[in-house]
Amino acid sequence: MTAPQSPDNNPRRAFIAAAGAGVAGLGFTVIAPGLHLMAVGEANAAEARKAGTAASPAVRWGLLIDAGKCAPGCTKCIDACHTENGVSEKLPDPRQNSQWIRKIELVDKRNGRVTQLPMMCQHCAEPPCVDVCPTGASMKRADGIVLVDRHTCIGCRYCMMACPYKARSFVHTPLTQQNPEVPRGQGCVESCTLCVHRIDKGQQPACVESCPEGAMVFGDLNDPASEIAKRIASVPTTQVRADLRLNQGVRYQGL
Amino acid sequence: MFTPHPRHEEALFYLLAAIGGVVSAIGLAAALYMEHSGHVVTGMNNQIVWGLPHVFAIFLIVAASGVLNVASMGSVFGRVLYKPRAPLSGLLALAMITGGLAIIMLDLGRADRLMVAATHFNPTSVFGWNVILYPVFYGLVAVYLWTMMERRMNPYSKAAGLATFVWRVVLTSGTGSIFAFLVARQAYGSALLAPMFIVMSFSWGLAVFIVVQATMYAWNGMTLPPLILQRLKNLLATFVAAVLYLTIILHLVNAYFAKNIAFEYFILFDSDFAAPFWLGQVLIGSLLPLALLFLPATRTKALWVNLAALLVIVGAYYQLHVFIIGGQAFPLDIFPGYNVKSSFFDGAVDHYAASLPEILLAVGGLGIAFTMTTIGVRILHFLPQDDLAELEAAGGITD
Repeated sequence: MTAPQSPDNNPRRAFIAAAGAGVAGLGFTVIAPGLHLMAVGEANAAEARKAGTAASPAVRWGLLIDAGKCAPGCTKCIDACHTENGVSEKLPDPRQNSQWIRKIELVDKRNGRVTQLPMMCQHCAEPPCVDVCPTGASMKRADGIVLVDRHTCIGCRYCMMACPYKARSFVHTPLTQQNPEVPRGQGCVESCTLCVHRIDKGQQPACVESCPEGAMVFGDLNDPASEIAKRIASVPTTQVRADLRLNQGVRYQGL
Repeated sequence: MFTPHPRHEEALFYLLAAIGGVVSAIGLAAALYMEHSGHVVTGMNNQIVWGLPHVFAIFLIVAASGVLNVASMGSVFGRVLYKPRAPLSGLLALAMITGGLAIIMLDLGRADRLMVAATHFNPTSVFGWNVILYPVFYGLVAVYLWTMMERRMNPYSKAAGLATFVWRVVLTSGTGSIFAFLVARQAYGSALLAPMFIVMSFSWGLAVFIVVQATMYAWNGMTLPPLILQRLKNLLATFVAAVLYLTIILHLVNAYFAKNIAFEYFILFDSDFAAPFWLGQVLIGSLLPLALLFLPATRTKALWVNLAALLVIVGAYYQLHVFIIGGQAFPLDIFPGYNVKSSFFDGAVDHYAASLPEILLAVGGLGIAFTMTTIGVRILHFLPQDDLAELEAAGGITD
């Protein structure tokens, strides 16, 4: 099996990433003294993380999902996620399959109003899964992304007991044909990584990119100039199970 | 009760040890099979993530802690009749916790990463605390046994007993807190669970002790003195009643909150868990034993008291089955006020059926505890032998 190659160990890739990060990180290019060319079109894109640098605690990555725009029957975000992350196993008991993202249909008990929305790891600021993990394999990165370290997960599933969103899956079977950038493993627990490997390259999560309705916005919740922060400041948004005070990175509109 | 003929006695011992060894080995083989194939060969899934192995493991771990209560009554609280029973209680504690931990560890998705669990510690995790709780428990019980069985160390027995007693309270609080600290699911997340698990451990541990002691007495053709039987059965009845009381309180409080009514209705009346609750936990595990322990016709007869203890153990299985499996089968209430459905079975009640490998793993844990006990009582001096004169001098059963 080919070991997944870290971008940080590849000099050519590191150079490209660093150069890209330099440009995207500055957000503008000096074309003459006092005259700057601003990169307006990319204002909301993630900035690539420089090779060898740690994730920044100044950033809080998040998603805003407009349930009003989520089309019935559409599964493009699910397909994109599972293709990107190599989640493809189809077991005889579908309850044992991994699902990093799923569409939930909600029917309001009072008036019958139907809503659709994609559900995944909510990337809580106070994640119960991280609290209960005996080995610290469940962890929150400095930029707010909740991840599982596949090298220290012992497969006890306590995090799955603790997650209020049923966001985690346990890998029930040996895996083949993995995406080298997204290592998975039998006997470990996994969930949405917010496509951390893409974010670190300055790209958007696969689900966001794939949504034909533009129902998902990705960005830095801490940056008041980001589209996601502006939207959250201007329209009513909801955190699922807000009563638990977990301060999720994923917010919903139109719920 | 059956007492083996002295000529057959040794052969019977080897037969029992062999049966225990084979059951343990089959359990290990089942774990290897699960490890090789993945948990796809179990009935567990992404909603019911803990299944039959956890029911058996938690029973063994909770009862292991509780069985030490017998020793504590003698060493810590100075009750004369419990002192000769302390070594057996220590042995049973070690045997059962070993069986329970073996199940839990062999059920891990990555059982090969035991060293990772030992070297990576998360202080906010109750599971993480176990890395400290269990080894110290082993050490304390071993030292305690040593102080009881080595005459020169006898003076330290009370101190060792006290330390063990405190630690076992902490340990079982930890087991209850595994569930008490869960914010997600409606069945758990109650501070009551820590003290409730301690009382459960008293009840189940004493029930196991009574059954094992009865077997050993029968094996040796001895009869338990009636005053000791009376004292043990009174204690067991108190613990069984206390567990029943706490169970009632837990469900009453839960049902009082509107947000939990649907769950309580599910678990008590409208699910696969209603019958195990009412018939298994309440009737077989609580009311019948209480009747046997209190009715004049049965309360003085060893046979009925032993049967009551067996029923308590059967009831414990049902209680954990309802609590652990039932608590997970009810769907998470992610969107209160909505009916939900999804490809991941949101909003759907889950149905769990244990597969053969996980049944064998669970029973294998019992096999480990059984084998350790059988060999332990054979090679060391664990048979409780009462000095009736000393007991009477100490005030008999009212000491």
